[in-house]
Amino acid sequence: MKEQLEQIKRNALASLEAAATPAALEELRVKLLGKKGELTAVLKQMGKLSPEERPVMGQLANSVRASIETKLEERKSAIHAAALEAKLAAEAIDVTIPGKAVPLGHQHPMNQVLQQIKDIFVGLGYQVVDGPEVELASYNFTRLNIEEGHPSRDRSDTFYFDDGDTVLLRTQTSPMQIRFMENHKPPFCMLAPGRVFRKDEADATHSPMFHQIEGLVVDEHITMGDLKGALITMMQGIYGTESAMRFRPHHFPFTEPSCEMDMQCHKCHGTGEINGQVCSTCHGEGWIELLGAGMVHPEVLKNCGIDPEKYSGFAFGMGLERMAMGRLKINDLRLIFDNDVRFLNQF
Amino acid sequence: MKLNRKWLNEEFVDLRHVSDKAFAETLTVFGQKVETCQRLDADIRNVVVGKVLSIVRHEDSDHMWICQVDVGQEAPVQIVTGAQNVRQGDLVPTALHNSWLPGGVHITKGKLRGVQSNGMLCSFAELGLTQHDLPDACADGIWILNGEDCKPGDDINLVIGNDDTVVDFEITNNRPDCYSIIGLAREAAAAFGMKMKHHEPVVKGSDAGDVYNYLDVEVPATELCNRYSSRMVANVKVGPSPKWLRQRLRVNGVRPINNIVDITNYVMLEYGQPMHAFDYRYVSSGKIVVREAEAGETLVTLDGTVRELKPGMLVIADDNKPIGLAGIMGGENSEIVADTTMVVFESANFNGTSIRQTALALGMRTEASGKFEKNLDPMMTIPAVQRACELVELLGCGDVLEGTIDVINHVPEEHTLPLECDKINRLLGTNISKEDMIRYLNLLEIPVEGDTILVPSFRPDLNLMADIAEEIGRSYGYNEIPTTSFKNSTQGGYSPEMLLEAKAGTLCRGMGYSEIITYSFVSPGIFDQIRLSADSPLRNALQIQNPLGEDTSIMRTIALPSMLEILSRNNAYHNKEVKLYELAKIYLPAAGQTLPEEPKMLVLGTYGAGETFFTLKGELEAFFSGLRLRKPAYTAVSDNPSFHPGRCAKLTIDGTEVGVMGQIHPLVAGNYGIDTDVYCAEINFTKLLDFRLPDASYTPLPKYPTVWRDLSVICAEAVTVAQAEDTITAAAGKLLRSVKLFDIYRGAGVPQGKKSMAFSLELRADDRTLTDADSESVITKVLDALKEKLDASLR
Repeated sequence: MKEQLEQIKRNALASLEAAATPAALEELRVKLLGKKGELTAVLKQMGKLSPEERPVMGQLANSVRASIETKLEERKSAIHAAALEAKLAAEAIDVTIPGKAVPLGHQHPMNQVLQQIKDIFVGLGYQVVDGPEVELASYNFTRLNIEEGHPSRDRSDTFYFDDGDTVLLRTQTSPMQIRFMENHKPPFCMLAPGRVFRKDEADATHSPMFHQIEGLVVDEHITMGDLKGALITMMQGIYGTESAMRFRPHHFPFTEPSCEMDMQCHKCHGTGEINGQVCSTCHGEGWIELLGAGMVHPEVLKNCGIDPEKYSGFAFGMGLERMAMGRLKINDLRLIFDNDVRFLNQF
Repeated sequence: MKLNRKWLNEEFVDLRHVSDKAFAETLTVFGQKVETCQRLDADIRNVVVGKVLSIVRHEDSDHMWICQVDVGQEAPVQIVTGAQNVRQGDLVPTALHNSWLPGGVHITKGKLRGVQSNGMLCSFAELGLTQHDLPDACADGIWILNGEDCKPGDDINLVIGNDDTVVDFEITNNRPDCYSIIGLAREAAAAFGMKMKHHEPVVKGSDAGDVYNYLDVEVPATELCNRYSSRMVANVKVGPSPKWLRQRLRVNGVRPINNIVDITNYVMLEYGQPMHAFDYRYVSSGKIVVREAEAGETLVTLDGTVRELKPGMLVIADDNKPIGLAGIMGGENSEIVADTTMVVFESANFNGTSIRQTALALGMRTEASGKFEKNLDPMMTIPAVQRACELVELLGCGDVLEGTIDVINHVPEEHTLPLECDKINRLLGTNISKEDMIRYLNLLEIPVEGDTILVPSFRPDLNLMADIAEEIGRSYGYNEIPTTSFKNSTQGGYSPEMLLEAKAGTLCRGMGYSEIITYSFVSPGIFDQIRLSADSPLRNALQIQNPLGEDTSIMRTIALPSMLEILSRNNAYHNKEVKLYELAKIYLPAAGQTLPEEPKMLVLGTYGAGETFFTLKGELEAFFSGLRLRKPAYTAVSDNPSFHPGRCAKLTIDGTEVGVMGQIHPLVAGNYGIDTDVYCAEINFTKLLDFRLPDASYTPLPKYPTVWRDLSVICAEAVTVAQAEDTITAAAGKLLRSVKLFDIYRGAGVPQGKKSMAFSLELRADDRTLTDADSESVITKVLDALKEKLDASLR
């Protein structure tokens, strides 16, 4: 009987090893371990054994069964693994085939730059506001200290809607200074980006419509030193902390003292030339004009009911197009309003 | 405004020790921004004075000559020339081998008909000069330098006067005084902390008579002419000016003409005061009248053009006709000519705005009008006319008559300002001493007596403390002012509309739309292009009275055409599958208001493979849900002329129309040259703000399972999905959580003229698990209602 059992075990292990499919394994399981299987048949003969032999043979029989069962499981997982492997191999793909396109839109490059600027100013405590583009001459000029007869009021420069030249397309975002001061008491920090319009034919550097960003800060004891500090912080936020800045006196009717702010050319580092050639970025000047600014003119404060003896402030204005063109290396202003997707999708 | 440094150094303030770069930088940060700084000798290199030692005919040519030229070197240089005016012993400009002439002309040695030529003899034109600069020189030949103070080997730039730098300044509007050499000299001196030299013109006079015996000046146009000063010169000898004067004019870009005209131009450069000279012979009755032009009057100006004059334009007239356009250009009829013997000098001050407007109306902005329009100092007329007469005497070209005519209508009153040191320091954020402030002001020639600033007439821009602060600040140095940061307690942020806009943009881009920016002004033709009816209220647009052109002459009342134009352009560029959006204002005239309403519109536009009405609608649905806006209802619109009559819907929320969407009418697409299907939506973004959902709050998740039941019904074609959904929703009761269309089918199994719609119903109770009986009862109610209301039956 012992012989029989060991024979069964040997044969079973060999045929299990040879089985290649789950079906063949199942067939073997029934044949070996089933109610009518070989092992069962042997065990049925146990009654004939002596009481001494019975436990010994029983143990042996159980060990044979366990070996077969273990082998069966082992083969089962091996066959499954092989099947899975074959399936996966068959499913292999060319991963260099492009992905299924998800069309993503692009923000207009100008608004990308604007968004960055706005975020910086909001972080510095500025409230962003919007206002009318069709504007009254009194806001666009008179209350900003730009008197009647000033060249910028000419019909060759400004678009008008009425015979009396009282309603116009704003030529600057500065009227937002007046509108804001009418409705707010100091202290405040305001930022007003928006469209402005001037009578220029469109070319590589001009457009009858463009964008400005106006800023205004009014509080007690605001100084020109504060203006410098604030503008340097902002511009270094945009252009990097290593950027060198300078201020030059300038003239605007609605600020006094007035200034313009330049950044040292990052290409030629202020020398104005690269390898003996005039620097194409700053046109040899060594500096790039960033913005106009100044201390709010006392008359302008008065025009808005703010006491210039008590309050002072500064204002600044910058052209968005020039900034965006400089940063994104766009060489023709017309591209900005052409809206060719081949252009838009570059940003 | 141009300034040549040599003139500055020689006459006003000697800054020879300062390099061009340092000069430009110092003046720029002082407030006089330098636009360009140009060395005049940069264009001409390696050209020297040569002396012709011998000249012989070229054997192989009937017009060429072979010269041996002494160029200051050990051996003479052989040069072949084709010019016929060169003689032995002449001094001539000699371009040596490897030399450069204006216009980038490079001269190298070579052979001319077999004879070696080691350079070129030059005409004055080849050196960038004109006959005006050199009235005595021969125009078609070599420039002979025999009369010049030069010797062989000298750099020709020294002979021409090119050893100079011309600096071009951007002058700000508030500084008319800086449109002059003297004004810029004042700034330059102050910028370098130096005192400038002043020259008081002295006129010796003559016994040729008294101006009052010859000339009578009347100024009826008192508002347009602030001051009219005049002197006269007799026994005039018109001829060329001396070289020094011609050179100063030339480097400053003024063409020398004759001594009298050159003197007026010289004084204009030096003092910034435009002047004019009339030939007295043609001043009828010796009378000058400064008046407005009469309707119908004409004047032929010095440039030979007939000018049609209008009332409002200021003219200089004699007793019967205009002889000059005040402040702009003289008349041909009184021009200084070769045989002029008696001259009237005009040194006047005109109203800047009037001059500017006249110049603009006649399209003739001149050097003089450009200066006058800045509102010049009326106190300058007398020194200027004195200087002109002094120059007449210096040049010996006439006898100055006794007396000066001076008609004064408006001159500025002398005014003073207190020197408020504390306020100035407080505004600048500095701690500058009073002594330094006074020193700065004095350097700018602004006198201070005690605490009182005596504002000079040439500085009309100084009117209050802040103006003085700017003078102090720039003298101290803007870049020296300590940089400080103020404490601000203000809260930064965006308005709710801006926040929604930013979110809307992100959503649109996520759905594949790229942003565009288009002009606010459009052509009136757009209304026809989008087939708007003649009586559409949208045609009531704001008109720009002075547009650049018809195409940009009205303010848009609808944003769709701008989108169509850009789609059309992209289509023309062969860009496939284009999806664009714009968030921009329209301008709607509002009754009873001066300014229009400016609502913001969101426009979506797309064409390309895969785009349908329903892709756009799906995107809009996602848009409204993504922005947490209330869901709009989509209602068919067949009468919007811009859209396909069967593929257009308006969007309404609570009965308020918030937009329109659909396929663009093929005729409209055709009007824009687009031959493919175009889908657009125009949403009134400003209105959407009213339809924001309240902030989200948590709703407990369902405790009991959901039962999904699908339902296919056959109904007439005319039944809409919305009708079916409404019927299902109404009939199902509160167990129904949602109903969703998942298929529409026409074809086998469905009778002709009918369609099958399949819906998925989500059923659930909050307090128990639904039984089959529960859901069956809902389905039965729904089917009954569909049958009764829409004649739809289970498929």
